[in-house]
Amino acid sequence: MNYLSPLGLAYLALACALASGVLSLGADRYASLLRYGSTILLGAAGLAAVGAGGWSLLHESRHADQLLLGLPWLKWHVRLDPLSGFFFVVVGLLVAAVSLYAPGYLREFAHRQNIHSRAALGVATALFVLGMLLVLLADDAFVFMIAWELMSVSSYFLVAYQHQHAPNRRAAFLYLLMAHVGGLAIMLGFGVLAAFGGGFTFEAMRAANLSTAWASIAFALVFFGFGMKAGMVPVHAWLPEAHPAAPSHISALMSGVMLKVAIYGLVRLTYDLIGDIQWQWGVAVLVLGTASTLLGVLYALMQHDLKRLLAYHSVENIGIILMGLGLSMIFISNGKPVLGVLGLVAALYHTLNHALFKGLLFLGAGAVAHACGENDLNNMGGLIRRMPQTAVFFLVGCLAISGLPPLNGFVSEWLTFQTALQAPALQSGVLRSLIPIAAAVLALSAALAAACFVKVYGVAFLGQPRGRRVGHAHEVDVGMRAAMGLLALLCLAFGVLPTFFLDAINGVPRMLLGITPPSATAGGWLWLTPVSPRVASYSAPLVFAGVVLIGGLVFLLLRVRRKNIRRGYPWDCGFGALNARMQYTATAFSMPIRRVFAPVWDIEEEIEETKHANQPFRPAAIRHQLHVQDKSWPRLYEPIGRLVLAAARRIGLIQTGSIHTYLAYSFFTLLLLLWVVT
Amino acid sequence: MTAWLLGVLQTLLFVVSAPLLAGWIKRVKCHMQNRAAPALWQPYRDLAKLLRKRVVLAEHASWVFRATPFIVFGATILAAAVVPLVLAQHPAAAVADVIVLVGFLALARFFTALAGMDIGTAFGGMGSSREMMIGALAEPVMLMAVFTLSMTASTTNLSEAVGYTLNGGLVLRPSFVFALLGLMMVAVAETGRIPVDNPATHLELTMVHEAMILEYPGRHLALIEWAAQIKLMVYMVLIANIFLPWGIATELTAQAAALGVTAIGAKLALLGVLLILWETVMAKMRLFRVPQFLGFAFLLSLLGMLTHVVLETGG
Repeated sequence: MNYLSPLGLAYLALACALASGVLSLGADRYASLLRYGSTILLGAAGLAAVGAGGWSLLHESRHADQLLLGLPWLKWHVRLDPLSGFFFVVVGLLVAAVSLYAPGYLREFAHRQNIHSRAALGVATALFVLGMLLVLLADDAFVFMIAWELMSVSSYFLVAYQHQHAPNRRAAFLYLLMAHVGGLAIMLGFGVLAAFGGGFTFEAMRAANLSTAWASIAFALVFFGFGMKAGMVPVHAWLPEAHPAAPSHISALMSGVMLKVAIYGLVRLTYDLIGDIQWQWGVAVLVLGTASTLLGVLYALMQHDLKRLLAYHSVENIGIILMGLGLSMIFISNGKPVLGVLGLVAALYHTLNHALFKGLLFLGAGAVAHACGENDLNNMGGLIRRMPQTAVFFLVGCLAISGLPPLNGFVSEWLTFQTALQAPALQSGVLRSLIPIAAAVLALSAALAAACFVKVYGVAFLGQPRGRRVGHAHEVDVGMRAAMGLLALLCLAFGVLPTFFLDAINGVPRMLLGITPPSATAGGWLWLTPVSPRVASYSAPLVFAGVVLIGGLVFLLLRVRRKNIRRGYPWDCGFGALNARMQYTATAFSMPIRRVFAPVWDIEEEIEETKHANQPFRPAAIRHQLHVQDKSWPRLYEPIGRLVLAAARRIGLIQTGSIHTYLAYSFFTLLLLLWVVT
Repeated sequence: MTAWLLGVLQTLLFVVSAPLLAGWIKRVKCHMQNRAAPALWQPYRDLAKLLRKRVVLAEHASWVFRATPFIVFGATILAAAVVPLVLAQHPAAAVADVIVLVGFLALARFFTALAGMDIGTAFGGMGSSREMMIGALAEPVMLMAVFTLSMTASTTNLSEAVGYTLNGGLVLRPSFVFALLGLMMVAVAETGRIPVDNPATHLELTMVHEAMILEYPGRHLALIEWAAQIKLMVYMVLIANIFLPWGIATELTAQAAALGVTAIGAKLALLGVLLILWETVMAKMRLFRVPQFLGFAFLLSLLGMLTHVVLETGG
């Protein structure tokens, strides 16, 4: 085959990732090997992946190939088409940024965390990236599952990397368990498709002729499996445990792109392999997506560990992506494919945007942890003065994830809103009234996300330092800043110039649904008109220019008559100097919301007041304890866990410990099977 | 090109007349409460005074604190720029539809809340925390009301929506009535009026918006105040022109424009009186009653949407 093609570049990406893993084997002996050799190779893999994906996306080319690996009767089939290409770009961008970030981060990390094995970290990271890229390339169920497991298992090792802390071990086990339950469901889904298609290749599955009932079963299985991996409510519980446990640059990869690989799987199987979408599936995806969006952000608001908070926001954003997909499926099954394309494009764009800003925020969280050794917001404060550049990049990430114009998060949320507003095109009155409610929930979630990130930024970066180590924090090194700067710049570019990128994405729906998408960019690069100019339009470049121009103009106008600025003390009500403990903490900030949405969480609040003996109205000391728990634990997981244990105990009865009994079991099973076969 | 120029002129008119509306509201309120009223142009005098004053910054203030007034002012002006005030066909309405308008106001709120936390006083944090709670509850109500409207008119472009109502003639749409009520309640909450917040108070325990901007001096404060006046006017113009657009200029003649200016002036004056009537009969609510207030507003907007789906399209 021709190696100067997108697929050739994709092979290069895989080879670089593999080489990075091989090189890392020596990292225990030569420390700098990990920091320079393998991260550079990983960066090369990322760039090659962006190149391959972008090439295939822009040219809308499909390249299939068979590798000389696999079973004798089933070679490994790989294929790079626009859908895989799009996700290649997503993965590649973040891998490249992370490899820029890693050297500086790892140096400090090794210093601080009493690192165990550099080789293990390097090999697992490389295999993780390799696994993700291979999932995207897979063109048969066999390769897909192998790559999927490679991705899951290598990331298990990364989550368990700091295994000296017991919570990390627990998180890693939970992650492995959930990943495998999900993997099982996906495998069963493939099983249904393979049985009807008569083969394991995607080609055969595409041709399979399924009845609606079997198609629905297959869809339910893969939706459950991929939803579990993507962190959809209510099967999200592993996510906020596992993502914060890994080193920060790995958290960025897990939250930023691994979840997207699950989204890829869902899109590939639903749109491409199963085809023939039913509206009930769309409703299921929409409802669970809406629930994930709202619950994700509400749980996030209650966190004060920065990385856990960000992990919960991934649940929210996966919800937004699922909402777009659900809307798209509803429209497609109702014979409105053009609107379906709009939803799909909104979901894909949010996938890309979320990878960028969540990557940026996790890298920022890593930088903060690196600079002051803190993950707890309630001990931070005033970092904007100690880490001025990180503060700027982090602010961009906060604005983007809060869905504020003119950044990228807003564009994809706006597209999702526009899709939802097309609900009157549907026949069913129930759907017509359900969809706007979902849109209102999205609005609520976006506003709550803004509240959450005001909290994060206000508590961590603004105000006064709440601890001594935070007060002595230092700016991180050039590589880390460059990585964050790159992602911040991309967030801005994807927000201000959405038309270019949306044009490129259009190749995906063209391939999946065979329709040319509506002319979202018909009005030129300035105008984004998803349905038609009359219905809605948004001009991000003009908006950006407007904010900058008006703000700048007013600034200059007032600067002319500027007198020297005097610095004074802030208002302290006349009670004497303010101190850092008088500031609102993260917990205090979210208190009104905690009270308004109280039924969502399990809240245990305990206030203990010690009084002075002779002054009954003046407390001597107050102890306040607050414990907010995710309700899915007591309601869903613990009952299931108990059930499994009880079942195991029952089944355990057949284990006598005697070899004779076991031989008898085997014999009778064999007899039974022979009887069944004949 | 002429249309764009007129659009810019209209925005200027919007920005310049916002303090006048604030002065009118203050005057009506004083009359209503039997107090001596300040002159109509008192807000201009206040702004001019603040703009001249020297800036005294808190010692820990970071650049976020100093940039916020400009960002807030810029975002609010952009919001004003996309609302049809005098001319129905407004080219800038295509730059940003009503969802983006909500986004602009959210952007302004985000930065104001950040500025509140920047100095590190307890008041600032308190104001920010409360403001973000109120904002989070108000935004879905606002969008729900807007969705009702845009599903009826099948557009989110404000000029098109105004045109749709104009062409529809004087018909009573039940959904619009509900949406109008919902939007009015949101407007009260979002612009910090009684019963949700009180713009006239500096009482520590009840203030929300004022708590965030407590540390702002001089021209920074002038910009924030001016932006708040523009924001109030944005909501009032939205209510006036979308639900009762009659009088708005549909063609580019001097006569139509004069009529448009008069019509919107009269509508705003009337809405101002309504607002003050409401503020005079209501008492300020406790903070934790606000969710119920906004919940009721959401219910109204939801009813509006359901009425539209059930009654008006015949599904």
